[in-house]
Amino acid sequence: MLKIKDLTVNVGTKEILKGLNLEVKAGEIHAIMGPNGAGKSTLSHILSGKSGYEVTGGSITYNDKNLLEMPAEIRAREGVFLAFQYPVEIAGVTNVYLLKAALNAVRKHKGLSEVDAMDFLTLVKAKTKALDMDEKFLYRAVNEGFSGGEKKRNEILQMAMLEPQLCILDETDSGLDIDALRIVADGVNALRSENRAFIMVTHYQRLLDYIKPDFVHVLADGKIVKSGGAELALELEEKGYGWLEQA
Amino acid sequence: MSISWLDDFRQQAKSQFEQTGFPSNRLEDWRYTNVSVIAKKEFPLAKIENAPVFDGSQGGTAFHFVLVDGFFNAELSNLPKTITVCSINDALNNHADLLQSKFNQAITQTHGFIDFNTANFTDGLFVHIAENGVLEKPIQIIHVATQEAILPTRHVVILEKNAKATLIETFSSSENNAYLTNSVAEIFVGENADLTLYKVQQESETAYHFGGTYVQQADNARFTHHNFALGSVLARSDIVCDLATAAECELNGLYLGSQKQHLDNFTRINHLQPNGISREFYKGILNDQAKGVFQGRIVVAENAQKIDSKMNNRNLLLSNEAEIDTKPQLEIYADDVKCAHGVTVGQLDEKSIFYLQSRGIDEATAKHILTFAFANEMVDKITVPSLRESVFNLLLARFPEGAER
Ligand SMILES: Nc1ncnc2c1ncn2[C@@H]1O[C@H](COP(=O)(O)OP(=O)(O)OP(=O)(O)O)[C@@H](O)[C@H]1O
Ligand SMILES: [Mg+2]
Repeated sequence: MLKIKDLTVNVGTKEILKGLNLEVKAGEIHAIMGPNGAGKSTLSHILSGKSGYEVTGGSITYNDKNLLEMPAEIRAREGVFLAFQYPVEIAGVTNVYLLKAALNAVRKHKGLSEVDAMDFLTLVKAKTKALDMDEKFLYRAVNEGFSGGEKKRNEILQMAMLEPQLCILDETDSGLDIDALRIVADGVNALRSENRAFIMVTHYQRLLDYIKPDFVHVLADGKIVKSGGAELALELEEKGYGWLEQA
Repeated sequence: MSISWLDDFRQQAKSQFEQTGFPSNRLEDWRYTNVSVIAKKEFPLAKIENAPVFDGSQGGTAFHFVLVDGFFNAELSNLPKTITVCSINDALNNHADLLQSKFNQAITQTHGFIDFNTANFTDGLFVHIAENGVLEKPIQIIHVATQEAILPTRHVVILEKNAKATLIETFSSSENNAYLTNSVAEIFVGENADLTLYKVQQESETAYHFGGTYVQQADNARFTHHNFALGSVLARSDIVCDLATAAECELNGLYLGSQKQHLDNFTRINHLQPNGISREFYKGILNDQAKGVFQGRIVVAENAQKIDSKMNNRNLLLSNEAEIDTKPQLEIYADDVKCAHGVTVGQLDEKSIFYLQSRGIDEATAKHILTFAFANEMVDKITVPSLRESVFNLLLARFPEGAER
């Protein structure tokens, strides 16, 4: 589904990703861990099409297409979804309006008709309930005044509605209380399917207890420096990252 | 019909106007707005003509007071029976003493538009709500312009102690005519009385507009104003409020300029006595070569302690050629006050645009949505549902891809 080859990325004159390689197949769950400032969010942003970065080398193919050539909204419509580490607050635009506009944009891209208003409401209410969110959140402005954990849950609500193919979760677990973590993890697990892949950026083993990854990668200083199975995360939890950098 | 006290006001204003003409932009309060083009147009004074068919009313949810070219039209109007609501010309006959005692008293500082108005007004609304009186539904003053002329109107609104009312004033035209609206309202909000006034200015795109609202607030009086400046090629609104002890004043505004529109919003809140509260929030969106002006002045007199005042003006510039002159001013002579003001001028937030794009919404639509949301915050403050809906629809007409119908 996703192939990243020798990717190098600059912000200004600073090189942040320094030859990154990663391959993700449908049905897989990849966890990316690594020290602060390593470039994890940069990678997430690059995948979602955020501007302000310069790709200086390498390639990204997504479903055999050149992802880097697609505008951000086309990537989203083609099934790339990023749950942001820091979701943006948008005054004056209600959650329900955004969800409907987004869903219809994706549907239109797939050649489907606009969602029926009643069907949409039924669907969105069911998903909201599944994430243990109050329906009132639907009619509030997107993320405005939401607590840290509420924002993260809201990202997962959007993901659940859009049913993307490639889900990238950038530290969705940070800021969640223990109950919320379980609810969000259940939400993610409910979306697991053989056609869908996940990249989960996290600092904590805790999330991986709930969502068992197929692969764990360590991103340090702009590169994947080590990859392994779920057990690598446990090893990292015990030893930290120092032993890898020396190697 | 000639009424001597009024003739005196008219004569005096006339000779004043003959000396000064419309305000020059050498005057501090007019420095961002050049109205010389209006004098050059040499509009005649409006004459009474047959009324056109129009639509723009709030249906059964409001009383209607219709002014066609500045002349009261009784047939098109529908007024409350239990409260004194009539035309100024009727009030000159039937409520002469009360009108005389209030006329020109809310205007503490005059200029060419006001003088012209005093000298020439054709008609307007007179409202008197007695002590504890409540207007059960809003009165909508509907101005319709059909002539290429000057349309001067004058309102006098008096709320006695504990009275409560909502007024809506809409300005529009039957055709895409050039004309000058010159409307002055004098408002007296009595002790602990409460008045909400909505103004929706959607003049024709070649029209000129001056609208001045001068408010005297007694102790504990509340005045709320919502100012929507949408139409006209050159429009100026004045809102001046004088607040007595513990009076509260809330001024909200939204100006949407496109093409070559020039929209000037002048406001002044005078805290004359202690314990007053004022809140002012104006937003502007300027596109193409449009120009916006926000001049907000809050004056706190020396003995007006414990004033709590906030002023905020936010602007969105959608084109490189659009312009905003914003000048919030605090003039504080008391020492124990809480006053704050803020101004922002900018483009749409890049992060918000990207966030919407990352959910599949294209950039152009994302910008429409965010622009609409920026403006709709002011529309959402309207508490009369039918009016909120019609202003929402006016907003949709400006930004059709910004929201769901
Ligand atoms: N716009 C920018 N300008 C300058 N430096 C930037 C910019 N964006 C990112 N960086 C830098 O790039 C590096 C990688 O940042 P990134 O946010 O990708 O780290 P991260 O791995 O997600 O860290 P964390 O675990 O703290 O979230 C950091 O040193 C950061 O300061
Ligand atoms: Mg990060």
